[in-house]
Amino acid sequence: MNMPEETLNEILRLAAAHFHVSREQLHADDDFFAKLGINSLQALELLTRIEQHFHIELPDYELQGVSDFRTLASRIQSRL
Amino acid sequence: MKNFQGKTLSWRAGDGVIELVLDRAPCNEIGSETLVELEKFTAALESLKKDARALVISSERKEGFSAGADLRELYERSRDLPPAEKNAGVRDFLLRIHRVMNALDAAPLVTIAAVHGVAFGGGFELALACDLIVADKMARFCFPELRLGLIPGFGGIPRLKRDVGNAVVRDLLLTGRSINAEKARAAGLVSQVTAEGDAARVARSTAEQAAKFDRTAAIAAKRFIKPIPEEDLRREIDIFCELFAQPAVEAGLRKFAESTDPLPYLP
Repeated sequence: MNMPEETLNEILRLAAAHFHVSREQLHADDDFFAKLGINSLQALELLTRIEQHFHIELPDYELQGVSDFRTLASRIQSRL
Repeated sequence: MKNFQGKTLSWRAGDGVIELVLDRAPCNEIGSETLVELEKFTAALESLKKDARALVISSERKEGFSAGADLRELYERSRDLPPAEKNAGVRDFLLRIHRVMNALDAAPLVTIAAVHGVAFGGGFELALACDLIVADKMARFCFPELRLGLIPGFGGIPRLKRDVGNAVVRDLLLTGRSINAEKARAAGLVSQVTAEGDAARVARSTAEQAAKFDRTAAIAAKRFIKPIPEEDLRREIDIFCELFAQPAVEAGLRKFAESTDPLPYLP
């Protein structure tokens, strides 16, 4: 089972790779919509990447109001 | 018409396969213009089917297969109308789109939806009218209509019910959540999951395989295993129209239409 910090790091790495930004530019408390300049559809793409990577199902309603990587990691952690 | 280039879609036929390609910005929202061109296509099927055994429906839009009904158009067209006129307009649209979906559903061809990105609402319903769904691993499927106080109106529930268990239908409908291609495959909705960007190619290859078989046997098999759920489809239109008359729906549509997000799909 992934530790919370490990989960967070993996999400940051996945987001950086998917949206073609440097991993070092992303931080746990960043608002990913603002930092990555993404819309809701691109957020769904990230959700799909996360589901595939962690082999989990994460219903999109669980992400309502979630906009920072740390909270996203906690939602994922609860499914691992 | 062997080939056609419209404002929202195009088609071309060759080597026994018809390719229908959706291409309307931002993500193939199905409004009146798309409906007219889909009607043209189903009318053209009468002659196209003579030289074809299979049909592949795909999207040229990078965002996905289709985000569903054009809710902004629906809102703009209906907001200032008296209730009776508003309802008559919606019923007319639904009857026409149902005729299109039923024609695709029963087409004497093997029909394959090649799905990438989003297949939401009416887009999912279009895919469900096909015999097979081939999905890119990044595809997502969703029925978000309950968020607006509606049910799917293009034949989605009866067709989903035809293909999968009732519990899956309830899950998708009552939560409005989206599921990825692998989950859709596990539920029995998707026949093949492909690498990113490969759905259309795999769908064409599948169409070419299906085109090898005897046409009479293929049509007989399809009619036997894929009946049109006529009664449920009629009931769906009635329920949709009843719900559409509720004030909460207009409020939901207004919120959607006035959103500044060009793709306001997440809850």
